[in-house]
Amino acid sequence: MNAPSALPTTPLPDSFQTWFDTKGWSPRPHQLALLERAEAGQDCLLIAPTGAGKTLAGFLPSLVDLAGRKRPRMGAVGNSPLHTLYISPLKALAVDVARNLTMPAEEMGLGLKIETRTGDTPASRRQRQKRSPPDILLTTPEQIALLLSHVDAGRLFGNVKRVIFDELHALVTSKRGDLLALGLARLRQLSPDLVATGLSATVADPDALAGWLVPQNSDRPSTADIVTVSGGAQPDITILKSDERMPWAGHMARYAYADVIKAIAAHGTTLIFVNTRAQAELVFRELWSINEDSLPIALHHGSLDVGQRRKVEEAMARNALRGVVATSTLDLGIDWGDVDLVIHVGAPKGASRLAQRIGRSNHRMDEPSKAILVPANRFEVLECQAALNANYARAQDTPPIRDGALDVLSQHVLGMACADAFDEGDLYEEVRSAYPYRLLTREAFERVVQFVATGGYALKSYERYARIRQRKDGLWRVANPMVAQQYRLNVGTIVEMPVLTVRLVSAKQAAQRSKNALRGGRILGQVEEYFLETLVPGDSFLFGGEVVRFEGIHEDNALVSRTEGGDPKIPSYAGGKFPLSTYLADEVRAMLAEPKRWNELPDQVADWLRIQKDKSALPGRDGLLVETFPRGNRHYMICYPFEGRLAHQTLGMLLTRRMERARAKPLGFIATDYVLGVWGLADFGKLIAEGRMPLDELFEQSMLGDDLEEWMGESYLLKRTFRACALISGLIEKRHPGQEKSGRQVTVSTDLIYDVLRQHEPDHILMQATWADAATGLLDIARIGSMLQRIEGRISHQRLERISPLAVPIMMQIGKEPVFGEARDQVLEEAERLDEDALLAEAMMDEDLR
Amino acid sequence: MSAWLSQIAKEPDEETSASIHLAGMHLIADRSGALYWPEENMLIVADLHLEKGSSFARFRQHLPPYDTKATLRQLGRVIEAYEPERVIALGDSVHDRSAWDRLDETDRSEIETFAKRMRDWFWVAGNHDPDPPAGVPGRAVDNLVVGPLNFRHEPGGVIGAGQAEIAGHLHPAARVIGRGGSTRRPAFAYDQNRLILPAFGAYAGGLCLSAEPFGPLFGKESLRAAVCGRSRVFTVPAKSILGWR
Repeated sequence: MNAPSALPTTPLPDSFQTWFDTKGWSPRPHQLALLERAEAGQDCLLIAPTGAGKTLAGFLPSLVDLAGRKRPRMGAVGNSPLHTLYISPLKALAVDVARNLTMPAEEMGLGLKIETRTGDTPASRRQRQKRSPPDILLTTPEQIALLLSHVDAGRLFGNVKRVIFDELHALVTSKRGDLLALGLARLRQLSPDLVATGLSATVADPDALAGWLVPQNSDRPSTADIVTVSGGAQPDITILKSDERMPWAGHMARYAYADVIKAIAAHGTTLIFVNTRAQAELVFRELWSINEDSLPIALHHGSLDVGQRRKVEEAMARNALRGVVATSTLDLGIDWGDVDLVIHVGAPKGASRLAQRIGRSNHRMDEPSKAILVPANRFEVLECQAALNANYARAQDTPPIRDGALDVLSQHVLGMACADAFDEGDLYEEVRSAYPYRLLTREAFERVVQFVATGGYALKSYERYARIRQRKDGLWRVANPMVAQQYRLNVGTIVEMPVLTVRLVSAKQAAQRSKNALRGGRILGQVEEYFLETLVPGDSFLFGGEVVRFEGIHEDNALVSRTEGGDPKIPSYAGGKFPLSTYLADEVRAMLAEPKRWNELPDQVADWLRIQKDKSALPGRDGLLVETFPRGNRHYMICYPFEGRLAHQTLGMLLTRRMERARAKPLGFIATDYVLGVWGLADFGKLIAEGRMPLDELFEQSMLGDDLEEWMGESYLLKRTFRACALISGLIEKRHPGQEKSGRQVTVSTDLIYDVLRQHEPDHILMQATWADAATGLLDIARIGSMLQRIEGRISHQRLERISPLAVPIMMQIGKEPVFGEARDQVLEEAERLDEDALLAEAMMDEDLR
Repeated sequence: MSAWLSQIAKEPDEETSASIHLAGMHLIADRSGALYWPEENMLIVADLHLEKGSSFARFRQHLPPYDTKATLRQLGRVIEAYEPERVIALGDSVHDRSAWDRLDETDRSEIETFAKRMRDWFWVAGNHDPDPPAGVPGRAVDNLVVGPLNFRHEPGGVIGAGQAEIAGHLHPAARVIGRGGSTRRPAFAYDQNRLILPAFGAYAGGLCLSAEPFGPLFGKESLRAAVCGRSRVFTVPAKSILGWR
């Protein structure tokens, strides 16, 4: 372990030293280093692996300071006892840390009031906390935003000395991070002396994270001090060696379940991570079907009913479970008992994500964590190997901190108006001190203020119905007390997808749709509406570990009945929710391009690549391989960009548009994390070879201009992005005073608003915010841009007689995953044909009668 | 734009509307949600909900104030395409009682221009606009009978032999299922007795045919939907509509 650079000069107070002594512990160097920085008034970022005692390191300066303090009584400004804020991305984590902190504080006899405040805290206690605050408050970003919007925020926070941000790496890359950065800027206004401490796992760009903690437009240094605890033992990671045949395609890794059960039986507690809920459901069911010793194995994912999830978490903490199949809900640093093995089913998609998940096993950092990777198909073998190499090289690929979102800023500006009258120039400077907004222009800020006031429309004004108004003294104030009430109901940046409650009914009741049946039906959990759109009544799927049959939708309920046997139709979520990271993609291409490295791979996979080299060509590290071949009565074009599913989807939309205009008659396409396949009626290979569809021009960077613009208008992905921006910015309310709105019942459909706004004011600030989100989010335009640049002049075309070995996996996916074609008109056409058939049958019948 | 792309000509326009036969009459369901009756040279639109945006603004939800313009622009396109002599606005033409007063001058004069080109313009009363419209031309009526067709805002009136009802109010939309999944679009819902138009207004939205109010209005087997797809109108049978009874 690297000791922090400077040796601590501050000795620990006696009571603390005694406490460490009785425990038989000694303070770790980084814990003392943080104490020293805090006492010198320096903001500090601690980067440490799991198990390094990060939480205690974060709180030690507060506890030492509080031990020597006389507790102020709440009253005038500067007299609040609230000394330390702890902010975590998870409610459960705040509660957990409070428990772990109360113990040492009591053992040292510090007499401190330590409390949590989350969305679950009863209203009465929240009221009391404002009147009589604790010394240490553990809370979430949303609660901070809420408290800062109150008129008495200055009184409450005026005396805060320390703010601790836990799991900072997870917070800063989201809109919640933007909101929190703005909150920190305001806290510094209210209490100029406060010291910020960030606790983080290892990240790709620690300097950005250190910058996030400090004001960006002041005379102070523009990054915080960084204390790094490198280390721990090298994790012991292996890729599952199985004698079974490795599948070409799919995400479920069925071949490996027997080996997984063996591994669970051979360890104390095993965490089995998967990428999607669909995988979690299937892995759980399949494990139980071969679980002959009835090992206690549980299921945990975000769609399950909360009560069910809590039960699993408690059992886990008691060490009553041998295995838990989980999605990312358990990713963050909650203590879940003694896990001694992590199994990762499916490829990890990112090197840092893998490291954090592996960190879940074996919380003692000097012992190696143990993990087994289980690739679900042959491409995933390459990805797992790349991730494993990265892990040993300690490479990181956490996403960069993006520029602050304008919809979040809009919400914050309204919140600040609720707290107090503001001067536009002052608030601009305050906002610019927040790291994500350091580059914000005054013009953009003014447009945001206009948006908050009246919607900021160019042609027509809602001046009469303003939410905030500039008064004669030049300050902005809320126009009406109702505005603050509306704001408080809608604070936050987490936009839920519209969901339906999954209710179990008997098939008969479902058919009758009787009201009583609905009321009586047991709630299994919730499922996203868009998933149900891919189902037809009668389809079966796995939910909560059981096979259920989809009966239909009634109001906000998805009705399902129990069903016996039969293979469930698995929720058809593609690959994983996270796209393959740029770093791993590059590694995979590098590995493919260098046959010398194939000895790292299982024989089956190495052989596969050898045959590919023979029959076609290998994708180069920097170029793009495009294969064309006929099959059946169709022609296929398979590209190997390895840029992740989201980027491939967008690329597929754009390519097929261009191909349509080249009369190549594309019919559809399919995108995976690795490959993009297009099929159609014209001979693609011939068109390319004869120069009638030159690849250089097909993949020209200009496709991100006009084509993108044109396609965007229809894109449901962009509409989904717009919906989030509209809700966060406050254009549309999630909830209106007096009427609770569920996710489904936003009063005017945001799709309709989007269409109208795009038509009449395409450069409105909310459209800009949507664009900015889409570029890195659902459309991943930024990534396509850099890929098109990379492959320029390096596209190689292989015109083949038949399918190549590398194309086999994607050809097998066709028909199993939804095919893209946005318009969905083919669904309507199909239904219409159904009708024509019926008419024809009728006509024929008449014929017979005559 | 590359040369090879710009050389390529556009495909000729295909038919985008669909025919509906009702009470012996031939009607055309336009992709915009308007209904055209060639024999009478009459255009019918339902639920314009003009000024819905500014209606929300009164509660400090500042929706883009362009919905009236978007709706009128679309109406202008349909009028250009069919050149009708009569127009029926089938109720809920504005979103609230004071909406006529909030119309801006451009929008108001656009409506005037439309109306002046017609022999008749009827404003059928709806629940959002029970009063006659203020400051725009046209005749306010509670309902209207033309030949065998009864025009009213809310569906569910008594229908005589050989007659049929044309209504709005419910904003029908259909979720259609197929092998590739499902899609939800505005739709004309009809059987041999009755036709309900989808809402024409830009912010009006739709209600799925699976919703309760539609149940008693159509025959279980005989309901059909003329669904406004992105490329054209598709006619689909009851069994393809998700959740229909």
